[in-house]
Amino acid sequence: MKTIAALQQIYENMQETLAVRQGNAGKRQILICGGTGCTSNHSDDIAATFDRLLTEEKLQDKAEIVRTGCFGLCAVGPIVIIYPEGTFYSCVKKEDVAELVEQHIKKGEIVTRLVHKETDPSVTTLAQSNFYKKQTKVALRNCGVINPERIDEYIGREGYKALIKVLTEMTPAEVIDVITKSGLRGRGGAGFPTGRKWSFAAAQPGAIKYVCCNADEGDPGAFMDRSVLEGDPHAVLEAMAIAGYAIGSHNGFIYCRAEYPIAVKRIQVAVKQAKEYGLLGQNILGTGFDFDIEVRLGAGAFVCGEETALMTSIEGHRGEPRPRPPFPAIKGLFGKPTILNNVETYANVAQIILKGADWFASMGTEKSKGTKVFALGGKITNTGLVEIPMGTTLRTVIEDIGEGVPNGKKFKAAQTGGPSGGCIPAEHFDIPIDYDNLISIGSMMGSGGMIVMDEENCMVDIAKFFLEFTVDESCGKCTPCRVGVRRLLEYVTKISEGTATMQDLEDMEELCYYIKDNALCGLGQTAPNPVLSTLRYFRKEYEAHILEKRCPAGVCKKLITFSIDQDKCIGCGLCSKGCPVKAISRTDYIATGHKLASFQVDGTACVKCGACKDTCRIKAIVKK
Amino acid sequence: MSTVRLTINGQPCEAEAGMTILDAARSIGIKIPTLCYLREINEIGACRVCVVEVKGARTLVASCVYPVSEGMEVFTNTERVLKSRKMTVELLLSNHDKKCLSCVRSGNCELQELSRQLGCDDQKYKGKVQRFALDASTPYLIRDNNKCILCRRCVAACEKVQGIGVIGANGRGFDTEIGSYFLKNLSEVNCVGCGQCIAVCPTGALREKSEGDEVLRALQNPQKYVVFGTAPSVRVGLGEEFGFADGTDVEGKMVASIRRLGADAVFDVDFAADLTVMEEGYEFLNRLQNEGVLPMMTSCSPAWIKFVEHNYPALIPNLSTCKSPQQMFGATVKTYYAEKTGRKPEDVVVVSVMPCTAKKFEKERKNQAAAGVPDVDYVLTTRELAALLRKQGILFASLPDESFDAPLGISTGAGVLFGVSGGVMEAALRTVSEVIEGKPTPIVFSEVRGTEGIREADFAFAGKKVKVAVASSLSKAKILCEEIKNGNSRYAFIEIMSCPGGCVNGGGQPIKTADERNFGSFVVDRTESVLKNDERSTLRKSHENPVVQELYASYFGSPNSEKAHEVLHTTYEQRPKY
Amino acid sequence: MGKINCTTVAFRGTPEQEKELREKLQETKKMQGGLMPSLQAAQEIYGYLPVEVQKIVAEELHLSLEEVFGVSTFYAQFSLNPKGETAISVCLGTACYVKGSGDIMARIERELGLTEGTTSADGKYSLSATRCIGCCGLAPVLTVNGEVYGRLVPDDVPKILAKYKNEGGSL
Repeated sequence: MKTIAALQQIYENMQETLAVRQGNAGKRQILICGGTGCTSNHSDDIAATFDRLLTEEKLQDKAEIVRTGCFGLCAVGPIVIIYPEGTFYSCVKKEDVAELVEQHIKKGEIVTRLVHKETDPSVTTLAQSNFYKKQTKVALRNCGVINPERIDEYIGREGYKALIKVLTEMTPAEVIDVITKSGLRGRGGAGFPTGRKWSFAAAQPGAIKYVCCNADEGDPGAFMDRSVLEGDPHAVLEAMAIAGYAIGSHNGFIYCRAEYPIAVKRIQVAVKQAKEYGLLGQNILGTGFDFDIEVRLGAGAFVCGEETALMTSIEGHRGEPRPRPPFPAIKGLFGKPTILNNVETYANVAQIILKGADWFASMGTEKSKGTKVFALGGKITNTGLVEIPMGTTLRTVIEDIGEGVPNGKKFKAAQTGGPSGGCIPAEHFDIPIDYDNLISIGSMMGSGGMIVMDEENCMVDIAKFFLEFTVDESCGKCTPCRVGVRRLLEYVTKISEGTATMQDLEDMEELCYYIKDNALCGLGQTAPNPVLSTLRYFRKEYEAHILEKRCPAGVCKKLITFSIDQDKCIGCGLCSKGCPVKAISRTDYIATGHKLASFQVDGTACVKCGACKDTCRIKAIVKK
Repeated sequence: MSTVRLTINGQPCEAEAGMTILDAARSIGIKIPTLCYLREINEIGACRVCVVEVKGARTLVASCVYPVSEGMEVFTNTERVLKSRKMTVELLLSNHDKKCLSCVRSGNCELQELSRQLGCDDQKYKGKVQRFALDASTPYLIRDNNKCILCRRCVAACEKVQGIGVIGANGRGFDTEIGSYFLKNLSEVNCVGCGQCIAVCPTGALREKSEGDEVLRALQNPQKYVVFGTAPSVRVGLGEEFGFADGTDVEGKMVASIRRLGADAVFDVDFAADLTVMEEGYEFLNRLQNEGVLPMMTSCSPAWIKFVEHNYPALIPNLSTCKSPQQMFGATVKTYYAEKTGRKPEDVVVVSVMPCTAKKFEKERKNQAAAGVPDVDYVLTTRELAALLRKQGILFASLPDESFDAPLGISTGAGVLFGVSGGVMEAALRTVSEVIEGKPTPIVFSEVRGTEGIREADFAFAGKKVKVAVASSLSKAKILCEEIKNGNSRYAFIEIMSCPGGCVNGGGQPIKTADERNFGSFVVDRTESVLKNDERSTLRKSHENPVVQELYASYFGSPNSEKAHEVLHTTYEQRPKY
Repeated sequence: MGKINCTTVAFRGTPEQEKELREKLQETKKMQGGLMPSLQAAQEIYGYLPVEVQKIVAEELHLSLEEVFGVSTFYAQFSLNPKGETAISVCLGTACYVKGSGDIMARIERELGLTEGTTSADGKYSLSATRCIGCCGLAPVLTVNGEVYGRLVPDDVPKILAKYKNEGGSL
């Protein structure tokens, strides 16, 4: 167990090392991303190769390797950044490492070939990149900066200073007051004021209360929380301990998605280190405050992201939500007063304590303070994690940070809020992003997934995709969700197959409003949102499916046909060879004009996979 | 408790803080429909039929679980509410096997009634309909999940009331299904057959396996001498099937109606209850005086027996070896009575009418065939008897009151007490105390009466202090079993009835809607009716029953004699827990 | 989730596995709400959760077997069936879906003659859909025995499968 003075010493000892990552001269540091994205792209091999070469060439005193969490720009991983220059190398391969060692480490020369390509070729660092420069890092401040498996690096970045401050200088009421005044709202979706939540639980009598962390990030296409857990796990632990002090709790649970093995490992390592340092456990830093944290794993149920379901799951049951009231702050986990916040919410807490409520409240809009992390994905050039002040416009996110839709395609909509959210069309490109604005335009913040769609995405198909997800993930407890959402999916399927009537559309809409009004939990109540929001902005697309039996985006398979433009076709036969179901056959052996032969698509055999269209070199395949 | 003031449909209402909107509305005369809600055991807010509008709330709320608060404005009757309820039921119907015309529950199905009340279109939503195979594996129950609406009332009854949890929700979402582990049939798992799941099922998804047709066939067969016996609590339940108030004692009409079915003799299983008192009372005395295994536990309730065999096989020696009254009845009919009337046991058909589904299992147990043929041939539940009477066009309500046939129709007030929790104990105490004391002792042992929980009482017999306990429902029985298992039971004699309140609330009794369960008092009404029947009786102690006396004098010799053991006692077997 | 599919494969658990499980359960049974961690431990040891294993869990935790089964069929990651030697999962998260992971799935189904959520009769391959694994930057992705393959087009599928076919089902 460390004393407060010992922690201060660790902080000071770390400064020199960390300063190199700010550009100060010193021993070279090779930061290699160890997040899920880059690890999946074999960044471990890159690290191992660096390690081998540094050893072989006896360069250990010239450079060291630092495995970090996610840098954010997952699209161009694996990412390697070499300090003090801060050179940002993207799409690095194992084979490139020798060159990096030879040139950059040995000679101090930047390997231009591997530097991430920016519009301004003079830019060589991540911080100056288009992707990065309009971002503000609060929740992600340590991601990609520190080695998450070394608690000393976290301490070196003022880690656990907020906990010390809280335990030695503040009363629980003062802590809650700061959080309340900061305007921090839950980052998990609904945006409930965090300070208010804490004050409810604090007001409850009883010696046993719980602090829970929702790390069951289930929205498909959202990975903000995973990155925090992978890149800065101690920030979550510290915040939970602060919350424990604020509400009078001594036990915390982190409920983490089991699909995130790296995050699970990092958080377990962090808990162990924090315990060794006496930052968790009995009599923390000698202040008399006890707080312990247990990590529990989910097992693949999206509904467990709903607060009551999450608690039911920790209790060892089927993760079915239960009615509220009683609210968890009154009667939560194991029947005791409980607060539940998500990972990103906690990631802001220590900063607010250290820098003050006013600092945090100075960022954002009137009712949404601070920053928000989005997982930008889909049809966007820069896929990755983006942290922006609340109130930033969608345009900034898509065009500046994300650098637009690739392949010259047109932006159609951005989907936020996952299966509970909705689509934002181009007409709302300039709306400042915050909780209330998103709701007013029929979407929601959700946990922060932002999927960009272009003209090739069909909105009926997207609605169908989300409903399939919700049907699959419905717990089955209440009627509106179990049967209603299933029926909703059946309506949308009918539309996508061109067999629906306008009466079906009307009934479907009625069913949407019914489900919103009647389902037991938030998951069910918001399940119709993807349909309602696409209907709101893309009703014509629905009507085209129904009235014209046509999918304007050319996605809904039942409504598209492939044919061969006989004028263009040269009769090479590549499409026929590539067809997986042998639906394209030669109909004419006699070469007429410039053609080798004639081919035709058999519409009844065609599975509409589009392979022919992809293989045809002269674009003679027509999709309608 | 503080009081809050609210309005419901504009009407002022005072309610206790913490009370649900459902209850508050009820207190001012407004009934909100429910489906999944069962007070105390299934407060899950799942079906959404009971939704109401609360001013200021974002969505509708489930009134069955939503507490009232000061100044709340509730609306139960708006278009939004009514439309929602209607759509909820229509959605349920869209995945329900709507074979109402041939359903055993047609007429008292809660889903059907809601659909009718709300004006539902049962074809509104089309789409995938789940298909399940029928589980007819046990002799007592049929599960038809095609009619299940996932209200989980059966799960709550099994888990919360009975403490067994042999069924539950499996799978997830639209594919959720109620059933047992690894989708096994009920015959392969530790189901005890109590039928409480049937009793709470709002639809036809759960029903008893009917033996009505077999009984009719036997009645038509001139070769067969068909003897009916009716259990104590059937007479206080059967009337409800024909429009009588809850708990009305229709003993006379019941006898008359069975006679009109064509039974050759209508006897009373109450007589066998008297016989049970003699056998069990003496068995207890014997154990008490000769350091036998104590506490001794009653063996009248077959679901309880099966429960012990599955879950507490080490306690099998604690069970009384006495057959249940049903089996003693059948055994006596096929031995003593057949001999006396010169009939071959195989020509005699014993039909017992029971408030119970587990009795259908019991009759097929081992060592339940005193005359070499099964003691009991058919078991009809109270509901099945009613169905049979309706089928045969017997106008129950207009029948005269008639008496049971002699000799096995003669019984005492102690016998009828077997229908209520505490009744077996009280009947036994009436006899045991007199036998030990050698002089008349009090008739009423009110300490053991009641419907709730576990009750205990102390008695001194011949200087010996004896503590007895009475419990109904298997979740309560479990507590007493755990005590014995852990060696800290303080009792010498324990009465267990599997169903809460005893046989009057058995799994074979007339169906009661959730509304009657949540707001009615049918268990109390039936119980009081049984107690009145006892009070009315001229003979109220089993050993005073002249037929019982005659049986011992001319056939069995004495209680627990060798002959009595052969005919009236049985054995048990260990069964797997999983 | 689809309907529950109980395994018909004969149980081949060893006494060592049972010993390991029972030891592990001594820890998890002390945890408040220890059923989930218990099942996770059991699946770690056996690879799936057949009745024989669930019985042990129920017995040690003093729970009804139905309660254990109910939990095991609620969560997608608990499996009643042994996984194939080569376990393929295709991400159907939003980012992957809009980039065509549905076509990847279709291609694998065609190549292996398997449908999503099943294991081949010889136990060699199993194919499942997974929710977002957080590799949205690599969309669309699939995993084979935990190894991630990203930025796929349907034509990559035969190449990936060949790698496992040649190596007898595993890497």
